[in-house]
Order: sequence, then C-alpha cells, then structure tokens
Amino acid sequence: MAASSERSPPPFPDSEEPELLEDSDEGADAFTGTSISEMDSPSPDSTRPPKDIFNEPLEDIFSDPLSNINSEPQKKVDTKIPSPSSDEVVDLFSDPLDDDSEVISSPEVQNPMPDLLNEPVQAPKSDVLGEPPVHKNAARQQYIFEDPPKGSSKSSSVKKAASAELFGDEDEEDLFKELPKVVTKKPQPLGPPVDVFTEVKSDVKVKPQVKDDPTDLFTEEALTAPAPKPSASSSSSRTNGVHSEEHDLFSEATVELSLDSPRNDRKKKDAVKPSVSAPVAPVASSSSKAPSKTLEELEEEESEDTFDLNISVTNPEKVGDGMNAYMAYKVSTQTSLTMFRSKMFTVRRRFSDFLGLYEKLSEKHSQNGYIVPPPPEKSILGMTKVKVGKEDPSSAEFVERRRAALERYLQRVVSHPSLLQDPDVREFLEKEELPRAVSTQALSGAGFLKMLNKATDAVSKMTIKMNEQDVWFDEKIQDVENEEQHMRKLHIMVESLVNHRKELSGNTAVFAKSVAMLGSSEDNTALSRALSQLAEVEDRIEQIHQEKAANDFFTFSELLADYIRLLGAVKGCFDQRMKAWQRWQDAENMLQKKREAEAKLLWANKPDKLQQAKDEIAEWEAKVTQYEREFERISATVRKEVIRFDKEKARDFKRQIIKYLESLLNSQQQLIKYWEAFLPEAKAIA
Amino acid sequence: MVRHDEINKHKLQICKELNPRAVNVDLQTDATLQVDISDALSERDKVKFTVHTKSTLPNFKQNEFSVVRQHEEFIWLHDSFVENEEYAGYIIPPSPPRPDFDASREKLQKLGEGEGSMTKEEFTKMKQELEAEYLAIFKKTVAMHEVFLCRVAAHPVLRKDLNFHVFLEYNQDLSVRGKNKKEKLEDFFKNVVKSADGVLVAGVKDVDDFFEHEKTFLLEYHNRVKDSSAKSDRMIRSHKSAADDINRIASTLHSPLPLLFSNSQKIEARVAADEDLKLADLLKYYLRESQAAKDLLYRRGRALVDYENANKALDKARAKNKDVLQAETTQQVCCQKFEKISESAKQELIDFKTRRVAAFRKNLVELAELELKHAKGNLQLLQSCLGVLKGDT
Repeated sequence: MAASSERSPPPFPDSEEPELLEDSDEGADAFTGTSISEMDSPSPDSTRPPKDIFNEPLEDIFSDPLSNINSEPQKKVDTKIPSPSSDEVVDLFSDPLDDDSEVISSPEVQNPMPDLLNEPVQAPKSDVLGEPPVHKNAARQQYIFEDPPKGSSKSSSVKKAASAELFGDEDEEDLFKELPKVVTKKPQPLGPPVDVFTEVKSDVKVKPQVKDDPTDLFTEEALTAPAPKPSASSSSSRTNGVHSEEHDLFSEATVELSLDSPRNDRKKKDAVKPSVSAPVAPVASSSSKAPSKTLEELEEEESEDTFDLNISVTNPEKVGDGMNAYMAYKVSTQTSLTMFRSKMFTVRRRFSDFLGLYEKLSEKHSQNGYIVPPPPEKSILGMTKVKVGKEDPSSAEFVERRRAALERYLQRVVSHPSLLQDPDVREFLEKEELPRAVSTQALSGAGFLKMLNKATDAVSKMTIKMNEQDVWFDEKIQDVENEEQHMRKLHIMVESLVNHRKELSGNTAVFAKSVAMLGSSEDNTALSRALSQLAEVEDRIEQIHQEKAANDFFTFSELLADYIRLLGAVKGCFDQRMKAWQRWQDAENMLQKKREAEAKLLWANKPDKLQQAKDEIAEWEAKVTQYEREFERISATVRKEVIRFDKEKARDFKRQIIKYLESLLNSQQQLIKYWEAFLPEAKAIA
Repeated sequence: MVRHDEINKHKLQICKELNPRAVNVDLQTDATLQVDISDALSERDKVKFTVHTKSTLPNFKQNEFSVVRQHEEFIWLHDSFVENEEYAGYIIPPSPPRPDFDASREKLQKLGEGEGSMTKEEFTKMKQELEAEYLAIFKKTVAMHEVFLCRVAAHPVLRKDLNFHVFLEYNQDLSVRGKNKKEKLEDFFKNVVKSADGVLVAGVKDVDDFFEHEKTFLLEYHNRVKDSSAKSDRMIRSHKSAADDINRIASTLHSPLPLLFSNSQKIEARVAADEDLKLADLLKYYLRESQAAKDLLYRRGRALVDYENANKALDKARAKNKDVLQAETTQQVCCQKFEKISESAKQELIDFKTRRVAAFRKNLVELAELELKHAKGNLQLLQSCLGVLKGDT
C-alpha cells in the first residue's frame, strides 16, 4: 500500500520544512537523551510478559520485533542508513511526517507541538512516544528502499485487490532477505486490521492484564492528563490513512502496558507511562466494556471502531417558520480520543452545515485522491413538504430518513483516519457556532458556479484519453462502473419491494377490518370469534409488513443509496488520478517541445537564446518529475483508498445484511407466534 | 415468440396431483354417485374437462363412465336448475366462474414481445413464472368446476335431475351455445327487474322469525363477504408482487444471498398462493353461495308476496262474488308453492350454515397450518443463512 508512495521520496514542501525540522529536532533531542537506554533496559523484560500474555503467533509478532527494536535500535539504524544517528533521526522522523503533511495541512502537525512544549514531562514523553513509530518507520522505510522495482512490477501485475496478500507476500519474500525478524511483524500491520484485533481480543488473557490495575492506568492517565493529547494526535497523524499502523501503535501499546503493569518499581516508570496511557486509553475502555458484550459483538465493534468515536445524530427539530424554516439536528459525540476537548459533547447543526463540511473536505482532500464520503442529497421537494406541512407521516419519514443518512455520513467521515484529522471535522463536531455555510444552496450563485465547474469537468474528462498502464486500476475502474450499475438496478428493485410491502401492509389492514366486520355479522358464535381473531392476526401481520417495509428501506435501500453515492466519490478519485496523469503528460509534451526548440536553436546556432532554452528545459524537467511524482502519489493514495473502501464496503454490507436478516428473523418469529395463537381458535370452530 | 400452445396444451391430472377440492364444502359423499373431473385440457380459448362418474344408481347404463364437457355446459346445467320451478326451494349450487386466462395470456404476449430486450436467463425465469401462474389459475378453474358437480351430486334432490344425468352420461357434445346478444339483453333486464323486485320483496316483513332473521343476516353477510373477498384479493395481489420483487432482487444479487432470496421468494410466493387458495377462494365461494342463498330467499319472498296477493285477490273476488273459484285455486297454488319453498328453504338454510361453518373451519385451520409451515421454513432459512454469514468472518 504505502510502498509506491514512499518508494520515491516525495517532494519536500518548502513551507513545511522548517517546522518539520523543528519538531524532529525536538524529537532528536529527546531521542538522544537518556530514554533510549531506559528503554533498553526494560526491553529484555518486555519479551517475557508478552510471551505470557499472547499465544504463539502473537509472541512472534510482538516480542521479536520489539526486542529487536528496543534492544538494538541504534545498531539497526546504523546499518540501514549511513548517517550520524541524530541526523538520521531527523530523516526518519521527517520522512514519514512530511508524507503525511502533504495530505494533512501543516497546522495539523503544528498543533501538537506547542502543547508538547508546554508539557511538564515533555522530554521523556516525546521520546517514548516518538520511538516506536520511528523504529517502525525505519524498518518500513528500509524495506521500501530495498525493493521498489519488485514492488512496482508486481503490484501492477497483481490483480486482486486483496491488499494483505499483495503486500504481505512481497514483504515476506523481500524482507526475509534483509530482516528476517521484522518480517514476521510486517505482514501483520499490512494485513487486514481485523487480525490484530481478533487475536488480541480472542486472547482473553489480555483483559485481565489490563483489568488487573485499571485504576492505575486511569490514575496515570489523569496524572498526565495533558500528555495524551499531543501524543495521540501526533501519532495518529503519522498513521495517516494507513489504517494498519494504528494497530501497530495499538499492539505496541498493549505490549508496553503489559510490561509496565507488573510494576517493577522502576523510577523511570513515569517517564514511560505517559506515552503508554494515550494509545492505551481506547484499549482500556474497550476492554473494560468487554464483559458486558458478547465476544462476536465485541470483535465486530473492535475491528471497525478503532477510533472509539461514537457519533449520533438525533432530535431533528424544526427551527423557524415558513420557507425560512430549517431542520436542526443534535450531533452528539462520545469519544475517548484525546484530540477532542472532552469525552462527550453535543452541538446543533443544520443540514447545510453538513453540506458545508463536505464542501470543505472535498475541496481539501479529493484532489489528493481521497474518497470523501458524500452527504445525503438535498431534497427541495422533501424539505418543502417539511416546511409547509405540519405533521404528516411522509414528512416525518423524510426527516427520519435524512437523520439516519446524516448519521451514517458523519460516521463514515470520522472512520476515515485522515479525514478525522481534519480541523474542519473537529470544528464541526465540537464548536458551538459554525459560520453559516452559504455555498450549499442549490439555487444560489455558488451552486450555479458549481454546476458550471461540473460541466467543464465532464467535458475535460471526455477529452482526456488515458491509456491505462496499470492493470489494477484498469480493472478496478471497470469494476466500480459495473458495481454502480448493479447497485442502481438493485436499488430500484428494493424500492419497488418497499412500495409493494407498504401496499401489502395497507391492504392487509383493510382486509383485517373487513374480516372483523364479517366476523361481527357471522351468526355462528365460534366462527364469529375465530373470524375476529383472524382479523386481529391480520392486524398484527399488517404491523409486521410495515416493519418489514421499514427494514427493507432503512437497512437495505438506504445502504444501497449510500453506496451509489460513495461509488460516485470513488469514481471522482479515479478522475483526480486521471487529471494528475494528464498534467504529467502535458508537462512531458511541453518538455519535448522545449527540447525540440533547443535542437533547432543549436542547429541555427543562436547561443544567446540557448541558455534561456536550457533553463526552460530544466524547469520543465523539474515539473515533469514533480508531476510524475504527484501522479504516483495520487495513484498510491487512490489505490490505498479504494482498498480501504472495498474493505469497508464488504464489512458494511455484511453488517447491514446480517441486521436485515435478523430483523426478518424477528418478524418471522412473531408471525409464527401469531399463527400459533390463532390455530386453536380455528380448531375450536364447531 | 412464445407459442401459446406451448402453455395452453397443458394436460393435467388435476385431481390426482392436487388437493382436489380447493374449496372444500364438506359434502357427505355417498358411494351411489361420485363425480369428479379426472382430466382437463386447455386449448386456445376453451378448457375441456373430462367428467368422470362412478355410480350404482339404476338410471345410468354403466357403473363408471367419462364425458368431455366445456364450461358453457356447466353454465347450462346451472341455469337449468335455476329456471326449474321445482327447485325454487333449494339453494342452487353456484355456477363455476368462467375460466379466465386472459391476464396471464396477455402477460405471455408481452413477454414474447419483450424477448429481445432481456437476457436469456431473465426470459426463462419470467416464462417459468408465467407458466406457474397459468398453471395455478388452471388448477383453480378445474377445482371450481368440480366443486359445482360435487355439490349437485351430493344434493338429495338435484342429483336426481334429468339434465344432470344427461350432462354426466351423454357422451357427445350437448351443443349448448352461449347466449346471444338478445338473450343477454333479456337477462340483463330480468336482473334489473329482479333486483328491483328483490328490494321490494326484502322490504316485506316476514311472518316467520327464522326467515326474517336469515334475510337480514344474509343481506349483511353477503355484502361483507363481498367486501372481504375484494380486500383479500388485493392483499394477495400485493403480496404476490412483493414476492416477485424479492425474486428479481435475487436474480441481481451475487454471493450467498441469491439462494436466500430466491428461497425466501419461493416461500413468500407460496404464502401468497396458499392465502389465495384457502382464504380468498373460500370467501369468493361463499360470496357466490350467499348469493345463491339470497336468491332462494328472494324466491321465497316472491312466493310469499304472490301468496298474499292471491289472498287479497281471493278476498276481493269473494266480496264481489266473482271468479271466486279461480281465485281460490290461484290462492291454493300460491299457498302450496310458498309452503313448499318455506319448508325446503328452512332445511337448506340450516344446511348452508353447517356447511359454511365446517368449510370455514377447515380452511382456516389449513390456512393457519400452512402459514405456520411457511413461516417456520422461512425462519429456518434465515437462521441458516445468518449462520453462514456470521461464520465466514
């Protein structure tokens, strides 16, 4: 996943460089400090507790690399990158960071730093916090540097999107040559994130470990309350879209936790703790939740909600009157993420705010190849109904539908690791008052401009003829196209099913009434009774049909509608990639022209203009390389995003379908109950 | 193009393969005369029923024989009962409804036209669906005709009817023709007069409490059954279209779900079909049956009115001392007729009630059992599917 983006060192944006260097200096200071030796000393111990806690595979995964990392970081680093250790730390530190910083705007990176500076326990903390990722990155970087040709050639030929296999296999192969020990670790983070979690979770021993002294953990956390903030944000900013890295941190955290919890009465314990407590916080909270839930539920939740961020949109409320009325929704967030000011907060947002959020996000991120989840569509008709109509069921349904859609939309946004880091997202969730989003009105001037932009986009899209080099993309684009078609078709059918079910429910209700009447006029008492019972049964069945219709609609139809929109966003990503390619090609052509011009000048023997031509060539050469890199970067991001999207999609669909089937199951059980109750009545007719 | 004959030439061993009496009216079958439809052949626009009779009655030449009859001949038989004054005191078994394949035939036509626009699988699937639908209608039609014959055969008086015997035995075409336009028009006027008269007659207070009660009951009952029947039809129609939707969803899904959906479609479709069979058909049958009972009451009411009029005429004649004898005989005839009708009608109505209760019981029990069966099947299906889904993490 990361391979192609990192294999050629990305350009260093000038504006960010000083800052980055600054932070890395910070890191370097800390790094060269005492803490390494401190870390060294516990590390031999560290191999013990993990062994106890985790079973075999995990032990391999965690303890080996850890010991490797912890016991001989210096050595490893030395062998890998020939440079003095302090410098090299800078390199390492800035490399992965700048990678992110390109995606995430610099304030992101900046923010934690002042905090960090203000920290009382700043130095030791930042060092510990910085350390594991650095080593990891070192390892990764190194592997990346080692095998770019192989990676690229293979990745283009590998067809299936199964990322784990794709990269896992290669890693195994390549890394075995270099770093036999790290290998075991590598495939893990790159593989489906679920694995880590399921293993951790299924291994119940972890829980006692954590739970043995939860108070300790929490008190520690409380003691170092400000500490988690920078560490979490900086560490997760480092994760940047690579979902799996989060797990790395996570797993490391657990390991560290386990070696701390024995409490060897080390005095430096406090220095180690702060870094631990931050990533551990979600672990601790989730594992303390654990006993109340079933194992599979937990696994489900764990694997999807690594951020421990629960967002709900509730209480739709009409504000104002007439055509200026709008619906306001309560957006409640519940989180243990330290990047937020508190654990629970609520804001009121109106629909256009949601649209505004999307506008901001898509402006910033979609050109980089990120899939920005689209919000539900504006519906002038539905909203007008709500505005004008009082309390009729269709507008209530509309509001509920929109509420649910907005909730899903927000959940998708925050589950995206890099979108979560966006300050606008945080602002949206936290800030009391948002400036009114103006450009979201469909009929405003901005809306018109947007339409115009879209039209020109569509035209340029048609004119770009990209000869796709990458088989993976070629197939994926086709797949997405087909899938969209398919989903649209399915969506129409499900809608029709919903309508028919509603019709059925209505007709059943009418029939129930009619049967009740028939029963009342029947002069045989037993039969009359049975008929009125039948009427009751039919009445209940009507309810069931109604539930089924709602179920069809909310769990199935809306899911499809969401994914139709999301697939649109995916297509947008592909378009962005195509545009980048186009830019690159244009630059290439320009360079070609300049070269020809130079040749002509040479031929014409005009030395005065030659220098200018040479400068131009150099300029364009630089541009070509830059655009090429950009294209490669965007390709890598898109690929990563699409893989993530596919995974998410599979999980979403599975979850929803299970939910759907469960509710069907439920109604079926009710149905059985009703008919079973009716049967003796029918038999009693004499 | 789909050739109509492909479908229309279904030859069915109806009575053997399917629950023969879809609408069971719970007849006391007796061995002396057993009638069933052993076979039916659907041709372009008519259905040929093979009526099979087994009898020990001396009127018949043989003990067992079969004839081929068409729907029109059933109608003729029914009308001959209705028109026979002798049977005025009986509930004439309702005539079977006309076979109506137009809807499904039209669909088939459309399918044929749309053949190019869909994939082969879709086409075969649609065709199968239509064929199944056609088959269901066909079976139902046959069952309805059979029920009519069974009712007649079980009736203590009607079974001895000469026309009935001819219908059963005469092995050639009865050459009944459908009614022409003039006759249809006449029928229409007759009906108008009859219903107007019916209102008049219904307004007359009955001397007999039993009949008065039955009259009010039947009037109400008939209307409500009519209502329920229409509503159940609509309910079942939407149920069927929902099932069709599920089916179409199944055909567009991939992975393990289509199996689930197509199975659940089958179950839904079967639920709808069974509701149709057990509930809608029952109601429809009793719609017609209650109409027949109403007709009986009308005839009785008519006779009563006639009788009263005859009494009045007799009084008048006596007062004027003119044509007394003639008036007396008319009065006598009317009285006899009325009494005869009343006598048999009472029994008939009581029978109607027992029959109705029994039929409702049987059908409702069966309905509940079938609903349970399907619901349980569906439940199992869902459970297994959930198991599969949750298993493959």
